[in-house]
Amino acid sequence: MAKMKVEEQAKTKERMSGSLMLIEALKAENVEVIFGYPGGAVLPLYDELYKAGVFHVLTRHEQGAIHAAEGYARISGKPGVVIATSGPGATNIVTGLTDAMMDSLPLVVFTGQVATSVIGSDAFQEADVVGITMPITKHNYQVRDISELPKIIKEAFHIATTGRPGPVLIDIPKDVTTAEGEFDYDQDVHLPGYQPTTQPNHWQIRRLVEAVSQSKRPVILAGAGVLHANAADELRQYAEQQNIPVVHTLLGLGGFPADHPLFLGMAGMHGTYTANMALYECDLLINIGARFDDRVTGNLKYFAPKATVAHIDIDPAEIGKNVPTKIPIVSDAKAALQELIDQQGKPADTAAWLAQLDEWKRRFPLYYEPEEGTIKPQKLIEMIYELTGGEAIVTTDVGQHQMWAAQYYKFNRPNRWVTSGGLGTMGFGLPAAIGAQLADRSATVVSIVGDGGFQMTFQELSVIQELQLPIKVVIVNNQALGMVRQWQELFYDKRYSHSLIPNQPDFVKLAEAYGMPGLRAKTEAEAAEVLKQAFAIDGPVLLDFHVRADENVYPMVAPGKGLHEMVGVKACEELSQ
Amino acid sequence: MRRIITMTVNNRPGVLNRITGLFTKRHYNIESITVGHTEIDGISRMTFVVNVDDERIAEQIIKQLNKQIDVLKVSDITDQAIVARELALVKVAAAPAIRQEIYTLIEPFRASIVDVSKDSLVIQVTGEPEKVEALIELLRPYGIKEVARTGTTAFTRGAQKAAPSQKTAFII
Repeated sequence: MAKMKVEEQAKTKERMSGSLMLIEALKAENVEVIFGYPGGAVLPLYDELYKAGVFHVLTRHEQGAIHAAEGYARISGKPGVVIATSGPGATNIVTGLTDAMMDSLPLVVFTGQVATSVIGSDAFQEADVVGITMPITKHNYQVRDISELPKIIKEAFHIATTGRPGPVLIDIPKDVTTAEGEFDYDQDVHLPGYQPTTQPNHWQIRRLVEAVSQSKRPVILAGAGVLHANAADELRQYAEQQNIPVVHTLLGLGGFPADHPLFLGMAGMHGTYTANMALYECDLLINIGARFDDRVTGNLKYFAPKATVAHIDIDPAEIGKNVPTKIPIVSDAKAALQELIDQQGKPADTAAWLAQLDEWKRRFPLYYEPEEGTIKPQKLIEMIYELTGGEAIVTTDVGQHQMWAAQYYKFNRPNRWVTSGGLGTMGFGLPAAIGAQLADRSATVVSIVGDGGFQMTFQELSVIQELQLPIKVVIVNNQALGMVRQWQELFYDKRYSHSLIPNQPDFVKLAEAYGMPGLRAKTEAEAAEVLKQAFAIDGPVLLDFHVRADENVYPMVAPGKGLHEMVGVKACEELSQ
Repeated sequence: MRRIITMTVNNRPGVLNRITGLFTKRHYNIESITVGHTEIDGISRMTFVVNVDDERIAEQIIKQLNKQIDVLKVSDITDQAIVARELALVKVAAAPAIRQEIYTLIEPFRASIVDVSKDSLVIQVTGEPEKVEALIELLRPYGIKEVARTGTTAFTRGAQKAAPSQKTAFII
């Protein structure tokens, strides 16, 4: 053991090229997979990758690489690593960087850059990547000298994965990758301007305990922060201990078991009636790791108007940003919940409140009208849920299919749900599935996408086929940009301006062109049949479901409305008729 | 309301861009920025004067600035005992006949003449922005050719009545 340490130390002082340093640093960080795309400025790096035999996934577009890295990060909890070349390679990852920034996913992204001698001269494939990505990364660097490279890589991994996770970009000029320097990776990260607070303030926790004991109608709004902090167990324990109901944000799904009696469903624009009314009627709102996104709050004027607001967040800038907060707690969700559990305050008297919520849950469930001879998209999601026993990793794009998946697939455990929440990125679902599958090889991964978003990144089918990843690609095909169509129907007097795509390509043939089976269904019976076939196949399958095209996502909080002003809510008495 | 925010930052390329970009993104209007070295190598000090609608926005600005990795410390010093100074250079049209008059005029402001030419003078003044403003107004009738102002630079006085606010003071 001791001998190995000495050897390792000797190795860390070696002189080597910038490219090799990068490989060695990635090894030291236990990076299992790199998603990337080569090009002129990163050729020295790719040459070194070739020699090192590191597992690298060549996606067919840089956007695919970065979304795959996001899927990988979401499921594995480890940083996703991306390499892109300078100029167009780098600009192609801008969407993914923004997506990761909005959804707090840890990424370390390396971009090639033209040689230092020509930076600023508008050289071939030069782009000001640091300037472009400054507002969409947690931090970014340009390496000007080989001697800085190990330190910068170490800092990047530290920044990406600690505090509120996020993407960090390192721009490396070509001559830095070929220059030689001393590789010392055995150094401490010293960033005086970056000291995330992870432990809660005791006094504020006590204030929250006190507020809970006096509350009659408390509710927990749990966001993705619970998942990032790996705090699902603590959340459940705390909610049970105090008898407090829980609602989830879109990104938080899975942080609390969907089949738990205290769970009220997803809140927000397409949340359940009960979740939204709970937010409207509560007297104490405990936000854990959510950032009060406008899709969750609706019109802020009517958001939680009767409540004292407590907010637990690792990012102090989120507290009070959108919603005035009475009890601010800067902390990692796990640490805060643990302390709340330990303090064992007097539980809130929630019996009447829970009875009221149960009544709402019973009377106003999510609903859709079943229909013969067609596929109801909601039913399709339910069928997938049943076939996978709720155990699959589900990835989506943005839009109607995303909302139906969030509503009808019940997530009972963490890290099964990969979706583009904050940025709402079309084309996210398919590449994200690649990363998710690589993060959990044994999982069943279902990529639920719309026919629109699928066509933005479908070239990544090639990767799925090449690596024989057993991903089930489910196209919810309504021959439209469904959510755009829905908004045009509701708010633009049915003027369907450029949202209908009646002439879609033959997706089954497309699957075959990529060398994987494709199946199509147009009725519920066919859908049940092809799903069964698809899940029996031990490899990738593409499924094209022609669903009812004019179906809308309900219930809905229209833009500008409060959560209590939902439309599309029906009582169960009305439904049975 | 007018807020004076000071911060210390790592003196690295792009830091100013990082910070002003943050203001642009969130639509905060900057009245002035001054930047210069501190007593510590590699660390610069910035003074921002911003106009914001309310306390909440000021708080949000500080929190966002604090999130920047190259920002070491941020303080809103508006409500503290501070020393705030600005330097301005004012080029005034001044025929020899009226120079004496201008000399007398600027004397109470402890301003000085730093350049003289055939038909103009350059006056240097330092002080609080209001003083600079006042002098410029006084000189305006003579015909101002050019004004260059540095913007406010400031820090807290050594002796304070209350403890100065520190990083993340709003939260903990």
